[in-house]
Amino acid sequence: MNKPTHIKPADKEASTSQKALWGFAAPDHYIFHDSQGDDVLHLMVGGMKCAGCMRNIEGSLAGFDELKEARVNLSTQRLILRWKRDSFDPVLAINAVIEKGFQLAPFDPEALSSEAKAENKTLLIAMAVAGFATANVMMLSVAVWAGGSSMSHETRALFHWLSALIALPTIMFSGRVFFRSGLNAIMAGRLNMDVPISLAVILASGMSLYETSTGGDHAYFDAAVSLLFFLLIGRYLDHQARTKARSQGEHLLALQAMSATVIGENGEQQTMPLHLITPGMVVLVAVGEKIPVDGMVVDGASEVDNALVTGESQPIFVEKDSFVYAGTLNLLKPLRIEVKAVGEETLLGEIARLMEAAEQGRGVFVRIADRVAGLYAPVVHTLGLLTFLGWWLVMGVVWQEALLYATAVLIITCPCALALAVPVVQVVASGRLMRGGILLKSADALERARNIDLVVFDKTGTLTLGRLKPLFKANEVDDAALHLASGMAANSVHPLAKALHATSPYSPVIDNVEEIAGKGLLAVVGGAEVRLGSAKWCGVAQTSDDSGAEIWLKRGDKLLERFSFSDTIRSDAKQVVEGLQAQGIKVALLSGDRKHAVESVAGDVGIADYYFDMLPQDKVAWIEDKKQDGAKVLMVGDGLNDAPALTAATASLSPVTAADISLVTADMVFQRQSLNAVLEVLEVAKRSNGLVWQNFGLAFTYNIIAIPLAVVGFATPLVAAIAMSTSSILVILNALRLKVGRELA
Amino acid sequence: MSAILFLIPAALALGFVALLAFVWATKSGQYDDLDGAANRVLFDDDEAPKDPPQKNKK
Repeated sequence: MNKPTHIKPADKEASTSQKALWGFAAPDHYIFHDSQGDDVLHLMVGGMKCAGCMRNIEGSLAGFDELKEARVNLSTQRLILRWKRDSFDPVLAINAVIEKGFQLAPFDPEALSSEAKAENKTLLIAMAVAGFATANVMMLSVAVWAGGSSMSHETRALFHWLSALIALPTIMFSGRVFFRSGLNAIMAGRLNMDVPISLAVILASGMSLYETSTGGDHAYFDAAVSLLFFLLIGRYLDHQARTKARSQGEHLLALQAMSATVIGENGEQQTMPLHLITPGMVVLVAVGEKIPVDGMVVDGASEVDNALVTGESQPIFVEKDSFVYAGTLNLLKPLRIEVKAVGEETLLGEIARLMEAAEQGRGVFVRIADRVAGLYAPVVHTLGLLTFLGWWLVMGVVWQEALLYATAVLIITCPCALALAVPVVQVVASGRLMRGGILLKSADALERARNIDLVVFDKTGTLTLGRLKPLFKANEVDDAALHLASGMAANSVHPLAKALHATSPYSPVIDNVEEIAGKGLLAVVGGAEVRLGSAKWCGVAQTSDDSGAEIWLKRGDKLLERFSFSDTIRSDAKQVVEGLQAQGIKVALLSGDRKHAVESVAGDVGIADYYFDMLPQDKVAWIEDKKQDGAKVLMVGDGLNDAPALTAATASLSPVTAADISLVTADMVFQRQSLNAVLEVLEVAKRSNGLVWQNFGLAFTYNIIAIPLAVVGFATPLVAAIAMSTSSILVILNALRLKVGRELA
Repeated sequence: MSAILFLIPAALALGFVALLAFVWATKSGQYDDLDGAANRVLFDDDEAPKDPPQKNKK
């Protein structure tokens, strides 16, 4: 293949041949026009990990002079291309990147979390403004505290007025985040954490302004702005963790099959997003691609890997008029498929209905932070009110002074450390998991995974790699036969043929091999017809119904050899199962595969509690049943048939090779081959949950000491500032302990 | 005493400049890809990737 970087769009011929690489025509649906007269295309990049990859991608695009911008974003795994409108064919650039070995998928940036991104920036800027104000108001406040009684009234008043000048606009700008959410909560008749926050900030600045204008001693501007600053840090981290989790999910999904190649009436090919596809259209599915729709084959014969849909490890033969399901993998030859069903009627729709039912059964999970806030807000408000009434009515001070004490209570109790307790732990935990190749997709996944006592595995693709391994040793079969078979198998992309070829990769390749879908490979070697394929095709009577993965080799009339294979079990599956059992966690295996296959895997990894021939609804029912008995279930699965079970379980984990819908459903996704992600997730969940409670403990201890001081009126602005900062810093340091500690390889 | 009349505005002005710089940096997308920026220092040649020209920024 010639270097794509040298191809100019004028070179039409090269450009058409290059198009084949991507399998898509121009990704017109995803190109949008910006206000400067440029075209912009956003692409998701798969497999970009390091500086080398970035260099590689940007370097491969450096030759295109038409591109105004070609820049990758490593954090979001995206590539942005910008060029002058209609002056460039982006497919050229896309192919150049694909040639370097990266996966690309176009996406619509409008549809994807642009709202979340804007919110992210708002929070960041609000935080920066609050930080600036905190630093400067503190500078003035420290002067007031240090000056004490030796400072003249005029100077103190000047400093207070300066503080007000900085603090009030800041509170109006940065405080909006809390005011808006607090107001929404009150309108809806609820109380959330933002109500006491808003009240404290508004009261504190109002009271301080009153104090300043009457030449009083105490102003709480520093407390109000530093409160906002700390809270915004917590809010920003929380938001960051959520958007990161969500964009991980979007990213995985987009790289799977978000678009399909539709064949128009005149035979032209066009890439379309899936939601624009309607029944009756004909889509083309290349070899190795996932079938994007439920439909009927109208042209072509191939084999389809159903593993993700049904959990069956054997590919299935399809030809004209066969029905195929979305999510299955086309193995042998390109297929043209007439779209039969969309939305509700598809198998996917069926699964979605099951998932909806499971979702309802799951109940609403209330996050720890929200539960704490629900208890906390009323207590704080009552305390503040009692302080006010106590000082005003019982102690007989003027109402302004009573209000000042009440404000101090609200400020001191304001949940700085509480607001940081969960997000900081979340950020540290997800960072640690991410380094180990585990992506957190839902923000509360770790909370739900904290006290798992039953782990349920799926078989194909989860305990096993979904990859075939020979059951014979190279020296057990006839050498000549193996060479002959391997040489023929080299011509095919069928999984069995690939596995066979891999056992003897240096065998000479045999030419002129014909592949007959559903049967096997045919060649003429040394004047004799050689068949490599299914037992039936080679004329062997079926030995047993679970003979499963095997290929026969027949030359002329003589049967030469039988090669049998089985699915590869993940190398550390047994250790992981033992590790779980050692922690007193029960382990079960639920599979849609046949008895024999399930039995042998269960025996190999040491799971005594196994079930076979399970339909998706059976899996859900089994898990629901266990949950009824009080079990906290972690479901580990990858198939479409596991998706409802993933939803039903307390928490769920999928390998990155899973079906789209399982990737979307699962709370967590692991990207490495090793299964010990399960152990690591459980360990991090347990430890981070411990840290969250310790943090709450710290925050409450601080409150128990500080509240009485505030109620009796000893809480000067200095005390409030010190108490607030130290408790927040303690909480952050405590969370960072999660970073230290054993990381499983 | 008159020193503070000069020092306080100076301190505030400096802080404000830093704040403006930060807001500008955020708005022009410099905080969009922190992982990428950390890795870009490893590129050892001067051949700059195609950056968006600043005037074309939205």
